[in-house]
Amino acid sequence: MKSVDAVMVGVGWTAGILSRELTKAGLSVVGLERGEFRNTDPDFLTPGMHDELSYAIRYKLFQDASRETVTFRNNSKETALPNRQFGSFIPGDGLGGSGVHWNGMNWRFLEWDFETRSRSIARYGAAVLGEDCTSQDWGVTYAELEPYYDRFEYLCGISGKAGNLKGKKIPGGNVFEGPRSREYPNPPMTTSYSNEMYRKAALELGFHPFTQPTANNSQPYKNNEGIQMGGCAYCGFCERFGCEMLAKASLQTTLWPLLEAEPKFELRTNSRVMRVELDSSKKKAIGVTYLDAAGNEVFQPAELVFLTAFSLNNVHLMLLSGIGTPYDPATGTGVIGRNYTYQTGTGGTVFFDDKHFNTFMGSGALGGALDNFNGDNFDHSGMDFIGGGVMQQSTTGARPIQYHPVPKGTPRWGAAWKAAVAKYYNSSFTMNAQGGVQAYRGNYLDLDPTYRDQFGQPLLRMTFDWGKHEHKASEFIAGKYRQIAAAMGAKDAIINSLAPHYSIVPYQSTHNTGGAIMGTDPKTSAVNTYMQTWDVSNVFAVGANAFPQNAGYNPTGTVGALTYRTAEAIVKRYLKAPGPLA
Amino acid sequence: MASASAGKRLAARKGATHWRIDSMADSVSRKGFVSLIGSAGIAAAVTQAPETAVAAVTPAAPAAHHPASPHAMPAAPLGSEPEAYAFFNDDEAAFVEAAVERLIPGDHLSPSAKELGVALYIDQQLAGGYGAAARMYTHGPWMPGTPQQGYQLRQTPAEAYRLGILETNAYTQKTYGKTFDKLDAAHRDDVLTGLEGGKIVFESIPSEVFFNFLYGNTVEGFFADPLYGGNRDKAGWKMIGFPGVAANYQDQIAKHNVPYRVAPVSIADVQQGKPVAAGHMLMHDMALANIKKMKEGR
Repeated sequence: MKSVDAVMVGVGWTAGILSRELTKAGLSVVGLERGEFRNTDPDFLTPGMHDELSYAIRYKLFQDASRETVTFRNNSKETALPNRQFGSFIPGDGLGGSGVHWNGMNWRFLEWDFETRSRSIARYGAAVLGEDCTSQDWGVTYAELEPYYDRFEYLCGISGKAGNLKGKKIPGGNVFEGPRSREYPNPPMTTSYSNEMYRKAALELGFHPFTQPTANNSQPYKNNEGIQMGGCAYCGFCERFGCEMLAKASLQTTLWPLLEAEPKFELRTNSRVMRVELDSSKKKAIGVTYLDAAGNEVFQPAELVFLTAFSLNNVHLMLLSGIGTPYDPATGTGVIGRNYTYQTGTGGTVFFDDKHFNTFMGSGALGGALDNFNGDNFDHSGMDFIGGGVMQQSTTGARPIQYHPVPKGTPRWGAAWKAAVAKYYNSSFTMNAQGGVQAYRGNYLDLDPTYRDQFGQPLLRMTFDWGKHEHKASEFIAGKYRQIAAAMGAKDAIINSLAPHYSIVPYQSTHNTGGAIMGTDPKTSAVNTYMQTWDVSNVFAVGANAFPQNAGYNPTGTVGALTYRTAEAIVKRYLKAPGPLA
Repeated sequence: MASASAGKRLAARKGATHWRIDSMADSVSRKGFVSLIGSAGIAAAVTQAPETAVAAVTPAAPAAHHPASPHAMPAAPLGSEPEAYAFFNDDEAAFVEAAVERLIPGDHLSPSAKELGVALYIDQQLAGGYGAAARMYTHGPWMPGTPQQGYQLRQTPAEAYRLGILETNAYTQKTYGKTFDKLDAAHRDDVLTGLEGGKIVFESIPSEVFFNFLYGNTVEGFFADPLYGGNRDKAGWKMIGFPGVAANYQDQIAKHNVPYRVAPVSIADVQQGKPVAAGHMLMHDMALANIKKMKEGR
């Protein structure tokens, strides 16, 4: 196989951005995607795309657990068992990856999020973190990332209203956000009835609600690459579905037409990378070995290797390839697999009489939100936890297999259940907070000693449970939601905080973060702030695996910003002098 | 009533295939009956249907079940399509029909899950990749886990049904002297409650696991697009006011507290070019126009 300048392992958001930037700089790039080719026309068109059973329940766009999955346990005293069907999280598969089926909730993390450890200790003292908390600073600040956030937002066409323009606070936007250099590329979306009820109640309670930013374009938009996108139809089939309107930003809608026409870029689908090949020094990668569509092993030589798969798969491939030292929770040494984190969900459903919310309309990220209880936006003194979450009321589309809530005390089936479903389907809505998750010594990823994937390789083993900060923050946020439910005059409200233990069974979030984290010290991080691996300087592990701990937001905006920063450093510095960027 | 109808079905199952037209004549309006037998295609499908098709086409008597709402009756009577059970044997089909009829019974809101074809939906799912655990990790070693670790049984969904039905019928034979499908509604509810809470103890798999498969798949079949065999005549969607295959709601989203009521649209409605609410076709046209613009921009 002819050598190329760069190879991408997995072709979604991060590979798309890197491939565009590197081919513009003259590099030849091959993208290896384990899944199939898919594009808006014809794969995402109605009516076939609006099939809840096939896409949302049977996971048409998602990773196939029969081929590869993870094993899971709550702590290292237990024996990890295979996640036999995906539930808690559902990684994407195929061209565009999880960026096809996302909701489009696109955030910038708070300034505090990047300096979690140092700011928490400075304000509350070291004891607040707890002995086993291994959360740390990122090594990059919000201010450094701002231009890259801006670039990703103008690639996608994010719709929203600034709450902080160059330090000037703007009511109606998110007044807690870090300073932005300019307004969003598109105005906010048209809000739904439930969004407005939530906003009104939050204002009455003295909070600062705003219409949340979204990658579902509020109007047709030509992006900063010259690609014409459509406006959202509020069709209600967003999360777990592809978008036929070219309104939800994805690789397909923002960059694919350019890459498709780019002679220096080649996509190979049905190509599953098995490992990164290193030279005898183990300090340099010489390419990757993959299985092609026919099942043949193929070696693709490359000068640069980018792990651009889902976060968990990036960590898996590093462990399989012997890149970096695996983390050992007993000693706290090693870095690959360290600081695996996730996202908490706190919230529930509110029920009303004689109101019609039409929640089958909507878009993935249409919603009202408030950030009063996220990050360090409120005083945590005496509360014995750090962090929080963005409190949302989203109108994402109520498809009935997944959404048919009933009030407390309703039987689970039979005539009374049915009557409650009929009564409340259109007279209820949900609220949910994306909560931050701190890193702990005992939460990590490594290779399973027993279970193997379809290709004979050890499965990734996940050892994870909620810690002090998650439980306490979740209880706190649940209390705020109960206040809001009462202020809205809800007849009934079912508001849940975290269960005692994390379960891999019910769907919660596909925001699996960490495991190959960034930092400034090779002893406590796997990659530098350019997501370049410390141990093999021509291998980059790009994605949410680099988050040292997770913020109380969806991750994609930050992944996009970090990726643009990496691309710039490679083009401006690495190509002139290959080697460590930090 | 339920018992009698089950008995009639069972008798029919063991008998000749001509039973079907006769029994349907009992419960379908004269007009419906005439239009039914007036279709050569349907008549052919009936005579060629294998024996296992019997349960799929067993006519309920919706008018008798919920006289208050004749409008909720399926427009296309059960059995008007060449539908047949592919996975269930006769006993299993009888069981599942009798179970889903209690999980989602018929009333003024909608016909029952049985009448909406939910048993056929479950059958089709179990006959295909879902039933075979096609997208599940199925390698050992097999060990019991914590609740947080999820499903760790060797059984595929199809195998779980087969075992669960056998064991439930063994229980009802012992307790009531008959199979589950022949129990009256109250006793069926008692048995389902016993399965749900794990109070009826199976040898093969936990009974609540079997119940959860049955319950989850029943809800799926009630609300999934009718192309999968359930939600016949979109009655599940009509009950809650879900418009089905979505439309363009750009002009609707800002109409607060105003119910949006249209005849729901299925995938087949669009594919077959049936008249649907304007917003639905508008969305399709807009999507194509957007794609054209994107391509022209290049």
